[in-house]
This record gives sequence, structure tokens and C-alpha cells, in this order.
Amino acid sequence: MTSPNPCSGAQVQEAAEAVARHSYGKLVAFLAARSGNVAAAEDALSEAFAAALEDWPVNGCPANPEAWLLTVARRKLIDSARRRKYEAPAEEFDLTAEPVPETAADSEIPDRRLGLMFACAHPAIDVNIRAPLMLQAVLGLDAARIGSAFLMSPAAIGQRLVRAKTKIRQAGIPLRIPEREELPARLETVLDAIYAAFSEGWLDAAGTDAARRDLAEEAIYLCRLVARLLPGEPEALGLLALMLYAEARRKARRSPEGAYIALAEQDTSLWDGERIAEAEAALVSASGHGILGRYQLEAAIQSAHLARRRGRVNNWAAVVQLYDALLALTGSPVAGINRAVALAEMEGAAAGLAALNAVAGDPRVLDYQPYWAARADLLARTGSHAEARSAYEIAIGLERDPSVRELLARRAQQLG
Amino acid sequence: MQYLFLLYSDESAWNKMSPEQQQQGIAAYRAYTQALQAAGVYVGSNRLRPTETATTVRTANGKLQVLDGPFIESKEELGGYFLIDVPDLDAALSWAGKCPGAAHGVIEVRSIWPTMAPADQQNVAAQEALAAK
Repeated sequence: MTSPNPCSGAQVQEAAEAVARHSYGKLVAFLAARSGNVAAAEDALSEAFAAALEDWPVNGCPANPEAWLLTVARRKLIDSARRRKYEAPAEEFDLTAEPVPETAADSEIPDRRLGLMFACAHPAIDVNIRAPLMLQAVLGLDAARIGSAFLMSPAAIGQRLVRAKTKIRQAGIPLRIPEREELPARLETVLDAIYAAFSEGWLDAAGTDAARRDLAEEAIYLCRLVARLLPGEPEALGLLALMLYAEARRKARRSPEGAYIALAEQDTSLWDGERIAEAEAALVSASGHGILGRYQLEAAIQSAHLARRRGRVNNWAAVVQLYDALLALTGSPVAGINRAVALAEMEGAAAGLAALNAVAGDPRVLDYQPYWAARADLLARTGSHAEARSAYEIAIGLERDPSVRELLARRAQQLG
Repeated sequence: MQYLFLLYSDESAWNKMSPEQQQQGIAAYRAYTQALQAAGVYVGSNRLRPTETATTVRTANGKLQVLDGPFIESKEELGGYFLIDVPDLDAALSWAGKCPGAAHGVIEVRSIWPTMAPADQQNVAAQEALAAK
């Protein structure tokens, strides 16, 4: 297990960080697979990392650091199980008495991360904690970082994470990939949680908040993982494409002064060609399965918006058609709003406004900023300036990003 | 792992049903129970008499307080339970979804918190005594 050369502190730190980055979730998933005790697996693993930082500088970096950590973590898990046998109430018995799996200590550790992700995004887990839970259990993000991304105090989010992990263990939520017939519905909750994590990162368009910016990268990482481990599921590829398209435009979304720039006014030379190419490839690969889904449609809409980059005008008819399909599939008022905006580009503001009025009956849109912003824009274009101004005001009142508020205020002022 | 299904439904609906409908309801529960037994997951089940027969008991300052009526008055009352033994929550939820009670009411699924049998408690006490030495 030890190599003859003791390694320097910097090397140890580097080796430990590399394993943490690549193997954290794999080790947690493997350690918790049978007991369902995610918290205990995390604790044991963090003790193992601490042990590594003491041991490796003396005895050298092990040839297989992942296996070294697993062996130590497993020992810690057994120790703490023994301790708890005397301290804990009876409910711990059936879990701690269970043997820790003995396989694969020195060979390849089976990748059970997907099972862990399905547990984190289980329908029995509160929908709002699924994304934070996945970020913590699979990627090892701490409560402080997750809290800052989700605008919650570390203490509050920490408490909710503990509660969710307790539920996984005590309610017996399995850490495994669901059966074939349940898979589509269950995969949806996993992808939704990943997208929720991404959206938190996306909201910080200025990229000033590092915790939130990185969250977009973490979400893309998680989605790549799902797409790789479930190659037969086109929606995973669809979501990956959607996030890559969005991420490709990050630099173009703000002026150097930090002002918000709408999609139509963005400098297309600032879009990231590499990410766009990867997104296109993922979308093509997804469509090869012949099963349409929400994320593939949304990615296809993003792809249609790229026309301007290729020096062409947007094909609004195609965009409207894609929104039609999305609306039919999800019934989401958000799709209805975007469809109305695209329709306005194709048939004029009056047609767009008529389509938007059809969505207005849904009570969910009334506190949704993009509805009021779209309404204001279309009213302004049809010459109803007074109505447009009051719609802008409502939109400004609903927006939490100051630079978007500024843009809306500027548009309202231009009405005179 | 054992799970308790608590079946809540509007018990007044039962009296509004025709005798044929009541027979159908009973047959549906009988079939469900047989399916649980055939799968080897059935532990026990019972139907409860209506809440008008309920009596609530507590002691306050060592004094017994007895009240007529259920603990919680609500539109949907606890009307019965199933206790099953399955590997995990997914299996439990799948069985709960097949229960006739899910169609005419709601089912709360709770995992059983195992408590020690008296013999085990003596064992632990003996082990602790040994460990202390």
C-alpha cells in the first residue's frame, strides 16, 4: 500500500484533492450503498481524508489513493458502528450490524453514484432540497458553499440536508437505479434537480459570485455523469446540450460594466464555440434515439437561436413550432410566454400579445417577472405606452437582479 | 424493512354506498390482501370501526382523562392499516399505490422503528457490564 518515497506536503495535498474531486461521490455512494447511511459514509470519508494528510507524507503516496481511502473509510465506518451499538437507540442496530461490502478494495471501485443521485432526487425527498443534497452527497460541496449559492444560511441548509439524509436512511429510500418501468419518471426528478442547481448558477449572470458560477459547472459535470452512465436516455443528453448552450453565452450576457444584455443584442463573437459544438453533438446524439422530451426541445430552441451566429436571421417559425411542442408536452405557462414572444417576431406584436393574453389566465404567471417584461415589450411595440409602463413597473418589482431591473427601467423610460 | 400503511378516507362515504358497492369495496381489499400474502410481504392488517366509536385517553397530573371522540377531527379519518415487510421504500410505495385505499382516500406510509425485545435489553446490559470490567 505504501510507495518507498515519502511525498511532500504539496504533493500530498494535490493527490488528496485529485481523489476528492474525482472519487468523492463514488466513495460515498459505495460506502452508503447498503446501509443507506449517507451521513455516516460522508463522516467516515472525511476522517479518511484527514488520515491521508497525516499518513501520506510519512509513508508515501499510495499507488491507488482511492482504494487506500476506501479501506480507511470502511474501517472508520465499522469503528463508529461499534461505538454506536452502545450509545445509540435500538433503531441503529439493523444498519450497523450489516457488514460493509468487502469487494473491490484494491481493484476498480464500482460506480454507484447514479444510485445515490436517484436517492437524492427521490419523490419522497422535498423537491427544494434535492439539488443541494445531490451537490453535497455526490460532489462533496459543504453547507456554506451550497447555502451561498441557494441564498440560505449555512445553518439552515445544513439542517435541511441532515433531515433529508436521515429520511433516506430511516424511510428506507434505496440507493439504486429504479426498475425499467419507473425509470423515465424517476430520471426526470434527477434531471430537474441538476437543472435547478444549474439555474442557481445561471441567475448570477454577472459571474461575480464564484460559488454560484461554479454551480453551473458542477451541474454540467453531474449531467455528463448521468448521460455517460445511462447512455440510452436522450433526455440526459438533451439537458446537457441545453446547459452547454446557455453556458456558452455566459460572457456575452453582460457588458464590461455589468449591464444586462438581452439575447438578441448579444455580441455573438463572445459565444463559446467549443461549448456550442459539444452541445450540438449532444443534441444530435439525443435525437438519434427518436424519443422527444422537454430538455431536448428546450435545447433545440437554444440551437435555433444560434442562427445569428452563423450570419443568418432567426428562423422564428421553427422556434414557434418547437414552443408549440414544448407547450403540448409540459403545459408550462413559461413555454406559453416564450411562444408568444417568438410569435411576435414572426407575425408582429399584436399577434404576440394575443397569444400572451391566452396565457394570462394561468395564476402562476402573475408573479413571474418574464411574463410582465414580455407583456410590457409587446405593449410598447403596439403603441400602448401607458399600459406598457405599468407592466414594466410590475416586472421591475418582481426582479431580484439589479442589472435586469436597470434594463427594464431603461426600456420604460424610452417610452417617454 | 417493515412499513405501516395508514389508510385515511372519508368514512361517511361508506354509508352512502349501495350494498353492491360495499361488497365490491370489500372484495377489492380482500384481493389486495391476498396479493400481499402471495408475494410474501404481508404482516398484518385491520379495519377500524368508525371514529364515532373512538375514545381518547390521556393522563394529566396522574389523573386519567377520558374523552369521547378521535384525537384529530378531520374530513378524512384513519380507517384501517396494513403492515408489510419489503426491502425498501420504493417497494412499499409501489404496494401502497395498489391499495384500494389510495383510490378513495390517502395512504400515509411510515417505516417501522424497531424497538428492542426485553431479552435483547438484558443482553446489552450484560455486555455493557462486561465491557465496563
